[in-house]
Amino acid sequence: MAISFEKAFGIHPQSLQVRAKRAEVIASNIANADTPGYKAKGMDFKAALAQATSKQQSGMTRTNEKHFDVRMELNNGVGYRVPDQPDTGDGNSVDVQVERNLYLENSMEYQASLQFLNGKIKGLRKAITGGQ
Amino acid sequence: MSLFNVFSISGTGMSAQSVRLNTTASNIANADSVSSSVDQTYRARHPVFAAEMQKAAAGQNESVGVQVLGVVESNKPLNVEYAPDHPMADGEGYIYKPNVNVIEEMTNMISASRSYQTNVQLAESAKNMLNKTLTLGQR
Repeated sequence: MAISFEKAFGIHPQSLQVRAKRAEVIASNIANADTPGYKAKGMDFKAALAQATSKQQSGMTRTNEKHFDVRMELNNGVGYRVPDQPDTGDGNSVDVQVERNLYLENSMEYQASLQFLNGKIKGLRKAITGGQ
Repeated sequence: MSLFNVFSISGTGMSAQSVRLNTTASNIANADSVSSSVDQTYRARHPVFAAEMQKAAAGQNESVGVQVLGVVESNKPLNVEYAPDHPMADGEGYIYKPNVNVIEEMTNMISASRSYQTNVQLAESAKNMLNKTLTLGQR
């Protein structure tokens, strides 16, 4: 019986990827908390994870710069947030408190995924070394 | 790896906020700089923030940092005071004081320093996440 790492790790590697991307989106919101006209972005985690697992990053390779760019632009589940207050005076829709909490939550969930992966790796190692 | 981008994004946030702190310090330091003509009077200056949209357009990146487009001087009228005894008074006995609102600057300073701290914390926790990832699978 061959060990399939892909099967053993399950959804967690993709989950890590999506969480890292989400951390980036939230970091961008917080960095632009004082930028006039900036609209906060959020991530549809379900859609992003589904896309990461199905690996639908299809597209044609461009070997010449004159080739048309026919990549399918899938939007990675990123969209604009619906702001809590209609107008903040300068068109900025970032709520720093909300974003900070989301970032914290995302970082904890990232570490949870890492723990799961660690457990899987430990199990595999035990299987390989025979528990020695 | 998008976690590394968190460092650059929060880095842009930190540098933008430090420009803001810098202008605030300059404004407060010069709040009482008196001069004898309109042209030579210090005017409150504030940075203009903008999202780094041209970088977002170049890559298919949704997350963008912040940049300082420039520093603009306030157009508010200067405080003109009649003080003929003042050594800097002009021919008609007026002195010109900057249009700095010290209270506004203080709140600006608090806001900038809090934003700076938030960006530092972002980078810190991204560092922790990366550290944990690097030690993945080690005993």
